[in-house]
Amino acid sequence: MNKCVERLYNGIIKENPTFVLMLGMCPTLAVTTTAINGVGMGLSTTAVLVFSNLIISALRKIIPDRVRIPAYIVIVASLVTIVQLLLQAFIPSLYQSLGIFIPLIVVNCIILGRAEAYAAKNGPLESAFDGIGMGLGFTVGLTCIAAFRELLGAGAIFGLELIPEDFRIAIFGLAPGAFFVLAGLTALQNKFKAPSATNGSVPQSKLACGGDCMSCHGCASQANHGTLEEVRAKAEAEAQAKKEAAIKAAQAKKAAEAAEAGKTEE
Amino acid sequence: MKELILVIVGAALVNNIILSQFQGLCPFLGVSKKVDTSLGMGAAVVFVIVLASIVTNLIYTFVLVPTGLTYLQTIAFILVIAALVQLVEMFLKKNMPSLYQALGVFLPLITTNCAVLGSALTNVQKEYNFIFSVANGFGTAVGFTIAIVLLASIRESIEDNDIPFNFQGSPIVLITSGLMAIAFMGFSGLI
Repeated sequence: MNKCVERLYNGIIKENPTFVLMLGMCPTLAVTTTAINGVGMGLSTTAVLVFSNLIISALRKIIPDRVRIPAYIVIVASLVTIVQLLLQAFIPSLYQSLGIFIPLIVVNCIILGRAEAYAAKNGPLESAFDGIGMGLGFTVGLTCIAAFRELLGAGAIFGLELIPEDFRIAIFGLAPGAFFVLAGLTALQNKFKAPSATNGSVPQSKLACGGDCMSCHGCASQANHGTLEEVRAKAEAEAQAKKEAAIKAAQAKKAAEAAEAGKTEE
Repeated sequence: MKELILVIVGAALVNNIILSQFQGLCPFLGVSKKVDTSLGMGAAVVFVIVLASIVTNLIYTFVLVPTGLTYLQTIAFILVIAALVQLVEMFLKKNMPSLYQALGVFLPLITTNCAVLGSALTNVQKEYNFIFSVANGFGTAVGFTIAIVLLASIRESIEDNDIPFNFQGSPIVLITSGLMAIAFMGFSGLI
């Protein structure tokens, strides 16, 4: 049980996906226009993450290593479809405002990253708690950024108006504002030397995609590519070795024949 | 014809995939250090998105709609895109080594890029037919290329500048992107 609490702490504070690992930047920037959107996106991702971690961890000994990434993608995509249909049915307003970013949870680095880095190696219970921790961490991160943007841009938090209309800075609610808020955040992290993937103080090799979306290279496919490349190199090396052995054998045979021929000549 | 041009311009400039839709940010921030590499990435993205638009549109109209399985579009599309990229990579490696040299490294990077899946899903959402889907995909990819090449050029020229310590690294890149996003907002009156 202690390990499960440790996973929650790890996900929400120590390795917070938004502030520390800097994962899943696309939804972080895109849906954080209002705090309620941030909460909705965070919780949807949490739901997918918990169940994907649980299922992948339960199936980790059945899924063959070479096709694990496609298998993970199928599992994650199915869960995302379920979440999408549920949102469409029960919270249509949120479904409308999150729009295309609900199906795009499939390609969120956090999900495949956690599957690869944690669920593929640990038991179902711990993996599920890892999913809850990471998901809540993501929710907290999104909500903070979204509340900040909503406050500056629309003068409100969760729709509660705090700043009169004349003092609002509308650009924070628009696309450029997202970049500026994130720039300010990372600059502060640099200033206080806070642990963050963007200033290199968090080791990047822990996750499949390096845990750093700033230098992400297409996450999972990269790892898959590497695995396939390794397999190919191994097969090639084996073929090469076989070829060399065959050549050697042929040479030895020739030499023996030549020696025999020489003997008979003598 | 006029509508087709409107769709392309709209996807490339007005609703730029990166600067106003926030899809495909990872390669945008990650592969924009040099103009050459960003051009290669852009070309690879154009290639993959156009192909993916064609294939996903065919799959959607001829497989998913007749069988009533449209709710499976996310799964179908992501798998098709992943398989497609692998196939393209193998094909290029075997038959066009020179093109593979130029684009090969970028191909696996874009399988799980949100921009590819995002544009395929947008095509379905907006109920584009085949030609409009391809046009939208092409416009989207061109918009991606414009944005990433511009950012790479800016990053190359600010490399030697004296940036305050706190803003070195990703903050300055993000601020640059923000300013670019403001500039691209100017296109919104175009259509």
